[in-house]
Amino acid sequence: MEPLTWTGSLSGLNYIFTVALILLAVSIVVQIALSFVPSGTTRAIHSDGTMASDSGAQGFVGMITSYLFYAVIALVAVYLVGGVLMGTGAGILGGMSRQMVPVWIALIVTFAVSITYKRKLGLYGKLFDSTVGMIGFALVMFWVFTGIMAGVFDMLTTHDTLSQVSGMKNKLPGTPMRSPDEGEYQWYLLGGDNLARDVFSRLLKGAWVVVQIAPLATLFAFMVGITLGLPAGYYGGRLDTFLSFLANLILAFPVILLFYLLVTPEIVQTGIPNYMAAFLFVFPLIFIGILLNSRYYTQPSFRTPLLIVVLGALGWLYLSLISTKGNIVDAGSYQIPGLPGFLDGFDIDPSILVVFVSVVFVNSPTVFRIVRGLALDIKTRDYVAAAQTRGEGPWYIMLWEILPNARGPLIVDFCLRIGYTTILLGTLGFFGLGLESESPDWGTTINTGRQLIRAYVHPLIPPALALLTLVLGLNLLADGLREESLRD
Amino acid sequence: MGLFILRRLGVMLLTALCLTFIVFWLTNLYPNLEKLAKNQGNFRMSDEAVASFLGDRGYLQPLPVKFGQWLGVMPGWVTEGEDPADTFGRCFLAGTPEEDRPTRCGVLQGDWGFSTVFKDEVGATVLTRLALTGKLMLCVLLLMVPSALIIGVLAGMREGSKLDRSLSTFSIATTATPEYVSGVIFIALLASSKFGVSPWLADMGWIDGKTLFLGSATSAMENATFWNFFLPVLTISLYGMGYIARMTRASMTEVMTAQYIRTARLKGVKFSDIVMKHALRNALIAPFTVIMLQIPWLLNGVVIVETLFNYKGFGWLLVQAAANNDIELLLAVSVISVIVVLVTQLISDIGYVYLNPRIRIS
Repeated sequence: MEPLTWTGSLSGLNYIFTVALILLAVSIVVQIALSFVPSGTTRAIHSDGTMASDSGAQGFVGMITSYLFYAVIALVAVYLVGGVLMGTGAGILGGMSRQMVPVWIALIVTFAVSITYKRKLGLYGKLFDSTVGMIGFALVMFWVFTGIMAGVFDMLTTHDTLSQVSGMKNKLPGTPMRSPDEGEYQWYLLGGDNLARDVFSRLLKGAWVVVQIAPLATLFAFMVGITLGLPAGYYGGRLDTFLSFLANLILAFPVILLFYLLVTPEIVQTGIPNYMAAFLFVFPLIFIGILLNSRYYTQPSFRTPLLIVVLGALGWLYLSLISTKGNIVDAGSYQIPGLPGFLDGFDIDPSILVVFVSVVFVNSPTVFRIVRGLALDIKTRDYVAAAQTRGEGPWYIMLWEILPNARGPLIVDFCLRIGYTTILLGTLGFFGLGLESESPDWGTTINTGRQLIRAYVHPLIPPALALLTLVLGLNLLADGLREESLRD
Repeated sequence: MGLFILRRLGVMLLTALCLTFIVFWLTNLYPNLEKLAKNQGNFRMSDEAVASFLGDRGYLQPLPVKFGQWLGVMPGWVTEGEDPADTFGRCFLAGTPEEDRPTRCGVLQGDWGFSTVFKDEVGATVLTRLALTGKLMLCVLLLMVPSALIIGVLAGMREGSKLDRSLSTFSIATTATPEYVSGVIFIALLASSKFGVSPWLADMGWIDGKTLFLGSATSAMENATFWNFFLPVLTISLYGMGYIARMTRASMTEVMTAQYIRTARLKGVKFSDIVMKHALRNALIAPFTVIMLQIPWLLNGVVIVETLFNYKGFGWLLVQAAANNDIELLLAVSVISVIVVLVTQLISDIGYVYLNPRIRIS
């Protein structure tokens, strides 16, 4: 069988696409150059007294640029739709596009529903008023859907991520398999890596590792940061000095040194990550407990059952999360018993746990500083003084008066921080820390690929671009959210 | 001001002490020591051999005692040999006459210890590597700061214009590209003899060597040229550039909407004069702090880039020390990084007060 080319039978479009791209680049440059020159628009005064001005040279170039931009977008769509229809007939891109059909459907449905009901969806709906925000959201959701579908439902991928196929070592993208089994996918769409595994399938599975860890770790970091940052900002004094000193202490560590100290097999043996997990994961419990208690403590008949149910459920989750095989800490020489095995809902892989814990640990001091700063600012507002006069308790004021009013910057920072966590996960993979060496996550793939970087580039570029687009998407999303929340 | 600096110095000292103690504790955990012993001796050592190896070298003393010895406030350990000449200790080798044996040797005495990986004095090793990284950082700052400021000022000059949009998108894109991604892409595009632009340029005869840039910076340690040093410098600069540029843009847009700029425009001052003479000076106060605070962040980039481009500087040293649990080297490395972080914070605070007339006068 012939190896696949990139665009297959659609390659006739390549020239048009290249020309459109070059023209777009040129027109953007011209536009920027023109913006330095003062615009000499002409104004015409009509007989009815109205005045009209033409948009001048800048407007003209702007119009051309936007048309070229739409042309490029349309051509990309043609490649993708052609791929969906023709499959590998449209080359590697077509084959990939066909594999991704469920993701395209999910994306289209999400966008159609969100745009239809955007007026009823609050801040989320407003996101669809900003182009930048929409592009960011599309990029993020693309990887989220890919991660979930490839990781949970095992769709999309063409081959097993660990099986090595003879003769496929370091093969270029689009290489056909030598002797494919019946019903097996016949090509390595993005080539094979140095262990003859399919790069495309590993790329998609790697998305799941990120989608699984990054948002959750960021959420935990926020819980820790908020629970400690609010009292530090609100009370001030000794508590603030002490907590700020601790936060600055952690921030003064170079991140990579911290990772090297925390994420090694030797440290896992000592059980330190388990202690840290037990400490860090208790914060969501504290946070939600205080949140509900401060709101409903005036109605004990409602508050008590509510707290019992909520804290009971969360407590079970917490204990299942931190205990493995009946022990919270198993350091060889001694054990601390936890939830017995039959009650244990799920076990976390120790290598994932240590990565998770260290990422939460690195992120929480920054969140703490942001929340503290916001609390310092907001506590001087009138509505806080009003609540104090009403005799509300300090925790009620912190969680139900200050926190909701700090949500704008916090949501924006949440998006940015997921991106930063993704970068940190990649860094861990890049230094070969934490996750196993055969893990398909992007950082580890970049790490294994870079040994052969002078000879083979194709196993490296896809995960690099994937990480780039995901983080870029999160940054654009945060930018869009910031713009829209400022408009209120 | 003097009191402020003194207090900051006190906090700095306390932070450095706490941090080194944490590093000391983590590196002295028994599994780590076991790894160290097996690295130094051999991998098939029995548990008893490991224990006696560690005991002889003073690793099994209580943690505060060891920390005190490292600091130089407590007398160093001494292991008595059967023959008095075989006696060795923390501060002297076997065969040193009794009267020449110092009792204390630690950081306070200027002795940073001995690196188990490089078999050399820690102080000297760190200084050579630091000099190499200093060269890299200097180039990075020379490239990053001016370009970030130019991008930020141009973008913030006319908020919302096409130029602003394009430059802002560019700076968002650079902050979204970690060093290990941009480095890999640069090597693939510009420094691979089989892929990217280099084979094409070589065919056209436009470049002398096989590749446009060199993908390894090892040769730049002695002799840095544009050819072998530009890619690592560019990789570090790009990631830091976006953030500074965005801060400069924010500060510039704020200044450009100020009353005095409007007055100047209404008086008919040329736009270029407004930007250069009126706006720029005030707009550059905030970025100064950001640049100083960005330097510790560059340290991370340095570690990644030095590993990726095989440039044996301070970041590479950190990786080597951490991967081999080289305790004394790791401590020296962390002391230096903490000092870098805290000194840049101090400079940024002092500089902000000094640059901002509103704070300086009041």
